[in-house]
Amino acid sequence: MATTPAELKYTASHEWIRVETDGTLTIGVTDHAQEALGDVVFLELPDAGRRVEAGEAIAVIESVKAASDIYAPVAGEVIESNQAAVDAPESINADAYANWLFRIRPDDAGLGKVIDAAAYEALVANT
Amino acid sequence: MTATTQPALRTPLYPNHVAAGARLVDFAGWEMPVNYGSQIEEHHAVRRDAGMFDVSHMLSVDLSGAGATAFLRGLLANDVAKLREPGKALYSCMLNERGGVIDDLIVYRFSDADYRLVVNAGTADNDIAWMRNNIARTGANLSLVPRRDLAMIAVQGPNAIDKAARAIPEIGAAHALPGVFQAARIGELLVAHTGYTGEDGLEIALPASRAGAAWEALTAAGVKPCGLGARDTLRLEAGMNLYGQDMDEDTSPLDAGLAWTIDLKDGNRDFVGKTALAAQTDRRKLLGLVLEGKGVLRAHMKVVTSHGDGETTSGSFSPSLERSIAFARLPAQAMPGEAVEVDIRGKLVAARTVKLPFVRHGKPLI
Repeated sequence: MATTPAELKYTASHEWIRVETDGTLTIGVTDHAQEALGDVVFLELPDAGRRVEAGEAIAVIESVKAASDIYAPVAGEVIESNQAAVDAPESINADAYANWLFRIRPDDAGLGKVIDAAAYEALVANT
Repeated sequence: MTATTQPALRTPLYPNHVAAGARLVDFAGWEMPVNYGSQIEEHHAVRRDAGMFDVSHMLSVDLSGAGATAFLRGLLANDVAKLREPGKALYSCMLNERGGVIDDLIVYRFSDADYRLVVNAGTADNDIAWMRNNIARTGANLSLVPRRDLAMIAVQGPNAIDKAARAIPEIGAAHALPGVFQAARIGELLVAHTGYTGEDGLEIALPASRAGAAWEALTAAGVKPCGLGARDTLRLEAGMNLYGQDMDEDTSPLDAGLAWTIDLKDGNRDFVGKTALAAQTDRRKLLGLVLEGKGVLRAHMKVVTSHGDGETTSGSFSPSLERSIAFARLPAQAMPGEAVEVDIRGKLVAARTVKLPFVRHGKPLI
């Protein structure tokens, strides 16, 4: 299993969040999530400009096995989705931390209910 | 990702799965490998070379005694009387009185007094009880022996038989292997030329004590361990039903694409469920679906056709076709080649109906 990058934040629903220098958020799914899902074959990502609420299911990741929702960690506006990941869904299995899914400009600076890498690793160890 | 209760049952190959890095899941109470890394790579190994599955959770049942043929002709919807050469296999449904499917199984005939049936894991206990009740009901003098002492390995793919012959001494030394859909007892093995993938291959029943060594020898011969994930996409592409998903005790085989397994040629033959099937008026049709739009088809999605609505029974991403496929139970008027729509999470997405199977012997048929 890949190491959990210390510079990222995590959610209990297995997304990772990187806070960029301009305050926007880049979001993907964790290595634990891709491993549990198995071979990823399809991504449905939100369009740029879409308003999202915290906790809203805004994307779908489908593996051969099953479909799973991906949630917006905060309220804000989608500013970009990763077309390269849509074109090559298997890239999520290859490196879940390098291959982000979408970017959000949050309404305010708070990140909501996120945890750090150590807490995320502990959470995964207990599931 | 949710925790489940610990499955109680493990096959003799469990240590080999753990050593090979399998991801294990609960399947009908058995702790089974779903994949050993990538189920898509496992799928391609079977289509292009050779892969193997631990199918020891399935149960072999030996039925012996004078009158076994007559008993099975009354128990099964397909007719074992058509099995003439020793070892010949037949796929059949075992029906309840309502014409619903108790299980689908393979029966091998070695003589009129010597049969083996191979049944599904999840239904095995129920099947045994049903068979025993029917033996009692008919007064047949038969011995029914569940063979939990056996392991089973399915070796499948265009190079499967060559590699199995290199890995397993008795198979390599055999003068001739059984013909297609036939089995032969070779030493302490039962080697069947059958499978659930749409590729050539063998299903080998062997003493549990030998299973681990056989698995390792097959691995060394270049046969790739494959999990239930690949087994599902392979059988789906091959147009083969999965019990509990495409049919069950409340499904008529006539609504599950299995009319070809109901043998009515001998009008004097009665079998359990025959009367109910004869009385069935409303028919449904099982067809393949190929998704034209984006997404992945899954079981229990609504299918909108010009003849009325239907429902998918199995669906997944097809690694061979690189698009999503499904089986769908549709109004009887539906035909292959029609445009339909599937409700994927509230959105209607375009699909078309096709004749099954989708893939056979490595080649797309759609």
